[in-house]
Order: sequence, then C-alpha cells, then structure tokens
Amino acid sequence: MRVTFTVNGRRQEADDVWEGESLLYVLRERMGLPGSKNACEQGECGSCTVRLDGVPVCSCLVAAGQVEGRDVVTVEGLADFARQRAEGGCASGVCGTGLDEAQQWQARPTDSQTGEHAELAPIQQAFIDAGAVQCGFCTPGLLVAADELLERNDSPSDADIREALSGNLCRCTGYEKILDAVRLAAARGEQHTAGQGA
Amino acid sequence: MTGTPPRAATAPDRAPTNLTQGGKTKAGIGESTLRPDGTLKVTGEFAYSSDMWHEDMLWGFTLRSTVAHAEIVSIDTAEALATPGVYSVLTYDDLPTDVKNYGLEIQDTPVLAHGKVRHHGEPVALVAADHPETARRAAAKIRIEYAELPLVTDEATATAEGAPLVHEHRTDHHIGHVPHPNIVHRQPIIRGNAAEAAKKADVIVSGEYVFGMQDQAFLGPESGLAVPGEDGGVDLYVATQWLHSDLRQIAPVLGLPEEKVRMTLSGVGGAFGGREDLSMQIHACLLALRTGKPVKIVYNRFESFFGHVHRHPAKLWYEHGATKDGKLTHLKCRIVLDGGAYASASPAVVGNASSLAVGPYVVDDVDIEAIALYSNNPPCGAMRGFGAVQACFAYEAQMDKVAKKLGMDPVEFRQLNAMEQGTIMPTGQPVDSPAPVAELLRRVKAMPLPPEQQWLTAGAGADVRALPGGLSNTTHGEGVVRGVGYAVGIKNVGFSEGFDDYSTARVRMEVVGGEPVATVHTAMAEVGQGGVTVHAQIARTELGVQQVTIQPADTQVGSAGSTSASRQTYVTGGAVKNTCEHVREQVLGIGRRKFGTYHPAWATAELLLEGGKVVTDGGEVLATLADVLEGEAVDLELEWRHRPTEPLDLRTGQGNGHVQYSFAAHRAVVEVDTELGLVKVIELACAQDVGKALNPLSVVGQIQGGTTQGLGVAVMEEIIVDPKTAKVKNPSFTDYLIPTILDTPTIPVDVLELADEHAPYGLRGIGEAPTLSSTPAVLAAIRDATGLELNKTPVRPEHLTGT
Repeated sequence: MRVTFTVNGRRQEADDVWEGESLLYVLRERMGLPGSKNACEQGECGSCTVRLDGVPVCSCLVAAGQVEGRDVVTVEGLADFARQRAEGGCASGVCGTGLDEAQQWQARPTDSQTGEHAELAPIQQAFIDAGAVQCGFCTPGLLVAADELLERNDSPSDADIREALSGNLCRCTGYEKILDAVRLAAARGEQHTAGQGA
Repeated sequence: MTGTPPRAATAPDRAPTNLTQGGKTKAGIGESTLRPDGTLKVTGEFAYSSDMWHEDMLWGFTLRSTVAHAEIVSIDTAEALATPGVYSVLTYDDLPTDVKNYGLEIQDTPVLAHGKVRHHGEPVALVAADHPETARRAAAKIRIEYAELPLVTDEATATAEGAPLVHEHRTDHHIGHVPHPNIVHRQPIIRGNAAEAAKKADVIVSGEYVFGMQDQAFLGPESGLAVPGEDGGVDLYVATQWLHSDLRQIAPVLGLPEEKVRMTLSGVGGAFGGREDLSMQIHACLLALRTGKPVKIVYNRFESFFGHVHRHPAKLWYEHGATKDGKLTHLKCRIVLDGGAYASASPAVVGNASSLAVGPYVVDDVDIEAIALYSNNPPCGAMRGFGAVQACFAYEAQMDKVAKKLGMDPVEFRQLNAMEQGTIMPTGQPVDSPAPVAELLRRVKAMPLPPEQQWLTAGAGADVRALPGGLSNTTHGEGVVRGVGYAVGIKNVGFSEGFDDYSTARVRMEVVGGEPVATVHTAMAEVGQGGVTVHAQIARTELGVQQVTIQPADTQVGSAGSTSASRQTYVTGGAVKNTCEHVREQVLGIGRRKFGTYHPAWATAELLLEGGKVVTDGGEVLATLADVLEGEAVDLELEWRHRPTEPLDLRTGQGNGHVQYSFAAHRAVVEVDTELGLVKVIELACAQDVGKALNPLSVVGQIQGGTTQGLGVAVMEEIIVDPKTAKVKNPSFTDYLIPTILDTPTIPVDVLELADEHAPYGLRGIGEAPTLSSTPAVLAAIRDATGLELNKTPVRPEHLTGT
C-alpha cells in the first residue's frame, strides 16, 4: 500500500508498504530517518518515541497505515519543531501545516560531520551540556518525550520529570544526568522568559 | 574517511563518520569536555550499527533452537528457500571451511549448530531475503527434527556419575586440570592455613548466597551490515567491543586472510560485556559472500536475549572467622559459576571471582575455590564487574553478619579490616598503589542522609509517587519501614593473569587551513563510555592543539584491545598519550631543524607544545606549530603496554595476576512496604577513587550508570531459566525488568583522586567498581529495614513477605 503523511514538516510518500510494517520501520528503512531507535520494538523502552499529531507515541506500536494523512515529528525535526514553537508558530502540525510551507521545508545542513553549530532545540543542547548522552541510543526517544513534557509544563518538579520519562529506558546513565538535563532546559527556558519580560 | 586506503567494497550510504571537535576552551585532561559525538547523537544523525544502510541490501535472519539440548536429526530448508524474496538459506553444511567454531579463549561455539544444540536459542540456520519479515517467515518454514537429550542444569547434574557431557570431545588447555569435563575451569587460592587460623576465631559466620543471571540489556540491539568486496573479501560495519578479537575469530571461518575482512566500528548502543563474544558478525558475512549482496542483520529484543552471553549466575558458600576485637581470622569459600553451554569468558571470570573473593580486606589465611560449569543453560560470559560482582555480593553480606555477631558497627568493622596500600592480596600480590577502602567508607557514611520519610513530612500528605509501589497507590505509608546499608568492593582493572593487554594508537599532526590539527586513529570501541572524548582531551593536552579529529575505529589500525574490564582509558588512553609524546618529539625535531639557529632555547630548554605554539618551560614562545609543520606532517602508529602480569598458579593461586585495582563504596537507603514486599530505593550514594578524573562529568556518569545496574540486579533483574527445560522464560523488556527513572534514586557521588603512579596521568579504571558494591548495599539496607536474612538476588516481593 501507499502511505502519505507529513514528517518533520515535509510531505512524504512510502510505496509498497507491507500491512504489518510499523511507523518505526517506515521512518527508519523507507524514509531514511534512523533517529528513532529500534531497541525493543514492543513499546517497552521508548527509544522510538515520536510525536504523532503532537502526541508522543512509540512508533514501533503504530502501524504505518495508521499515519495516513497525519503529522509526525521525529528527533531529526525536533530542533525545527522547537524553534517554530518558540516563534509562536504552529509547531505540532495539529493545526495544519500548509502544503506550500511543507514543500518549502528544507533540512538545515550542518557545517561539519559532528553537526557542530547545528541549531539545536533547548532540550538537545541541555542533554549535551549535562552529560546526559552516553551511548545515546535512548537519547532520541528521551528528547522527544522530555520536549513534550516541557511544552506542557515549563517548570516540572523532579517527580513530574520522573513520571513523564518513566516509559523511556536508559541503560548507561543512571538517569541522574537526564534529570539534570531536563532541569537545565527548564531553567534556561525560565531565564529566556524572564529576559523577555524584563 | 581520510587517511585510510580505498575500500574493496562500496561504502554504505549510511556509515560511521569522523568526529571533529574544535571548541574555544582548552578542553584538555581534567576538564569536563563535552562529547564530540554528542551533537550527532541528539539530532538522530549518529550512525548506529542498526542504522547501516546500503543500496540493494538484503536482510538476514537467524533461526534458533527451540530446545536446550538435543541431537539434530534432520534439517529441511527446501520450502524456505522456495519462498519468493528469499536469496539464501544456510546451515552448518554450507560453512565454507573446516573452521566451524569460534570462541574468545576456547573455540567451542559453533557458527551454526552441528550434530546437536546445547542451549535454548542456539543459532541453527540463516536466511537472507529482501524484507526482514520475508526472512522471518521463510525461517519459520525450515523444518528441524530434534531428539532431545538429558539436561545438565547445575553442579549436581553436571558432576553426577554418568552425567551427559556438554562437550564430549574437549581438547582445550583447561581439561588437564579440571576435576570433571563439565567444569570449564577451576582456580583455587590457598594462602596461609585457613583451618589453623579458624581456631583463633571467637566467632565463625557462614552463609550460602545465590546470585541470579543478569543481562547486559544494552539498548542498541546486535546488528550490522556486511558488504561483499570485489576482491572476494568483505567489509563489515558492526557494533562490538573489540574489532581485532572479532576479526581473529571471523576470518578463519570465512576462509579469508584477515586483510580481506575489513571491519569498521559502527555506532554502539551500549555493551557492558555483552558484545565481547560474536553474535551476528559471521552470519552476516556468510550471507553476504553467498548472495553477493550487502546483508544487514538486526536482532529484535527477543533475539537479543539469545544473541549474547549473560552474567554468570552463581552459588557461593562463605565462612569467615573473627576475633572478638573485630579482626578477621580466615576465609573459606567456594564459588560455583554457571557458564552455560559455551566457555566464552568463563575461565577469566573464574580467575577474578577467586582472586577477588576475599574483597578489599586483610585476611592472611584463605582457602578459596572457584569453578565455572558447562551446562545446557544460556552461555554466560562478560558483564560489567566480571566475577568480582558475584563475590562482592557474598563477602559484603558476610561482613554485616560478622559485625552483627560481634555487636560492632558494620562500617567500623569493615574499616578495621580494610586493606590499604602495601596489603598482600590472597594471591601474594602486593597492592602497590593507593587502596583507600576505609576512607571511601568514611566518605560515603559522612554524606548527608536523605530526609526521613519524606512522604510523612511533606506537609500536604503523602506524595504516593515517592513511596514503594509508586503511582500504583498501594500504600500511603502504612507498613513502610526504612533501612540503611553499606558495601564496598574491589575490582581488577584490565585483563589479568599474564594476558598481553596492549593497545595501539596512530596520531597524525599537520597543518590544515593554517591551523595545526591532530588526528587520532585507534581501534577502540566507543560503546558510550566516552573514550572518544578522552582521546581528544589527551591529544590536546600532549600536542597543544585545539582541533582534534577522531577517526572511526577500524581494523586499518592495530588492535586497541577490548572496551571492557575498565581498561580502555588506561590502555588506549595510554597508547594515545605515548604516541602523542613521540609525535611531539618529532615535531620538536622539525622545529629544531627549521628554526634551531634562531634561538638557543631550541637546544637547551625543555620545550612544550601549548596553545598551538612551541614554548619553553619558562613560557617563552619559540614558534607557532603552523610554522613548524607547514608542508610537513608527522604520522606515527605505536603499540603501548602497561606492566606485565603473571598467570595464577593452578594449585595455590599465587601470582602477580592483576595490573591495578579499583575501589568503590556505596550507602543505600531504602523503604520497604513490608505488607506487599515492595522496595523503593530512596538514595544510593557512592564514593569512588578514580586516581585522576580525566573528564569529571564522564566519570560521574559512569559511576551513576554502574550503580544503577547494581541496583537492578538487587531488586528486579534476572533471566529466569526453567530448571526442568533449561529454556529462558522472560526474553523481553516486558518480563526482564531493568530500572526505569522511577526505580532509580538520586545517586550522589563523591570522587576521590589518589593517583596511581604506575598509570597514565595516575588514572584508575572506573567503569566496573560501582556495579560491585551497589547490589550488596541495597541488600544490606533491605535487611536493615526488615530484619530478614535475604541471601539471593534479586530480592522479590515473596522473599519479603514470606509468601
């Protein structure tokens, strides 16, 4: 079957999709977007978390056919998504990304192979700064989940952070630095807001 | 991929890249430099092994045995091969050479089962197809007839008279000294006279302990891509811990010279020992060479539980004696590790378990024996802590029991018996670097305790999320009791017992765009630990340059040894440092040749490279590196070794077996719902000596991560093998539980830096030690809370409620 949907602001078509294929498989193997990770493929680890019409979901549990006509944001689009949200635009696509706009969307090239000087979402930068990335396999899913938390709650308590990220397994860090990263992103967001107010 | 010769095969469209890091800060050793791969990892662009992709690639799938021990009567692949979309189906009969087994030390593991299967999940056949689901469905059509055999599942069944032999034709070098062919290796450690010393004891305490089978549960599944080359060779992009060890095992099976098996490390999603053994490497190469097409294999989580070895489950019998003034008199112990169907790292795990069985304590009279069994259980091998973890669980429980019997404080009792620099180990090896065991205990005890029963004092009633059972709302504090427990452990760093544990680094220095640039190329597996960060820091420190490029690890450079045993910063870090020192000397030689006549200091002063310049030790600038190196490059590849170790005597266990020791202490605070048997770990504080923190941020991350894996095995992690069938009952993240962020408490860390004068920069391997003591600390805290004996990991609700 053919599945047509929007990924990170761009309209995408996938042909010859087998009915049992997951959104995760389509993103990784057909769209060339391997950022969403395949750690358990049964909804237990959260590594494949994406936003589907703004709602965080395990993309391994979403059948590809279910996303027909819908809007998906993956870690690859997180920076742009956060930027548009900060600019007051409609980031999630829930309110509709215009076709013209979507077709003009371009991934931003980075200036080195490490992606240094790439524009990052605040939560992405905070994960790097706090040392919350080790092997990094859980990181994309955690970033999508943490970004969604901060969208809902810009000053979460530790208990709020733990609750929001409890569906994302990490085997390397012991979570402490992930907590640090979310706290850091929240604090920077508050500073940013305070600066605007002043 | 600069600096490497052209490849015989086409590179994948998605492949590992150089990591270049500039930055404005000095970012040398001792600073919390950020990861050079951090940006790639947070943007989703970092190429993990499961992300490898090649035009026109096929998908491989492995069919695994559904029984634990059986003769293979027949295999029929015809229907599978006839499935549309299937390109190849391989069994044992299709292997290209007479080399049909592999193994880390003992080559006893079949590439594909032949004649019989020895454990549940053993690979039997391979399929390559154009879609992963096609491959899976075709594999399901392969018909295998098994004739089941009697099982060996524990020491009793392994050594019973007439027991079936797991390996009936053993020829390895351990067979001559083991008491039974179902025992892989046996290592006694005899020092002093334990029986005589026991007579001096005022109290004698014994205990029997059971350590469950833990899984590494790294998040990135076993995966990789094999691309056939035009020269008949193969390029393999894979996640592993040691490229050259894999290469040594892969090439003979394929019948290829090692130079025709070109391996490149692709992104590794965690390892923890689980990638020391081969998984899909040979399988993908076989399918690629057979089909002439690139083949990608990615295990799903279910298969991953069968795709790697686990931590050895263990039974441990311990007897300690002590005088009434609190001095340990002797230790007798016996440790039985279940190695499962294949040897893997079992011999080395036995060596560690025995030589570290006494823990970080002074006990002159010991009688220790450790063995590893062959059985039909899942194969066990390397996992973080490697033999020392199981022993630590037992000896720390014993320390609490002895202290209790003497009426002493458990921490003071440990401190009274703590080893220190100069202590002679049970192996006869003197400890010749700092061993701050008492100090670590003092520090961890001195850390402020978390507030008492937060759920009562919060004011507006209990936040149930903080209680055992959490959001399940199972209690509002009724029946909840708190306990505090301590533990400390000792782990050897690096490979021991005479192993030639070297590493290789290639360092190039040149001017690019007017700036001096260093390129570091090693075969070190970056598995998340941060080796790439540290290598760049070392190059900056030694060469005075800002910009450092870390090339992808591959087999175009000499071996770096394994990313395991807490050794990689020591050994490959040492190799990078050493090579940089030689590069520096050559750079200075060029400078002397070009500019030596302009300033006498070139001949007389101690010269350093700093901030892109050649400076005297007095700080005078003699030249810029850009001017010195203009038009010339220095490029060196050198091996580096730490001081050698010795094998342990097979009868007495005596020998200078270890390179270095690493120490960590934990204090656990737990709350237990005694009615439901639910445990909430409130805090797990750690104090660890790291010798020198090359990157403090990464050091703390390693300590917290290791601590959490120890917490996991204390309260939830266990691969459950049915004793009647030897089948794994819980191969999924639904049933094998690892700690979530809700299960993991605050982990305050106190880092002590007492330099080891024998090690580069004084550093001490850090990755494993925190995994040792966190488990017994949590157990001790639960015992403190409940008064129960608790001698098994993990602690389950039924152990706490007696149900």
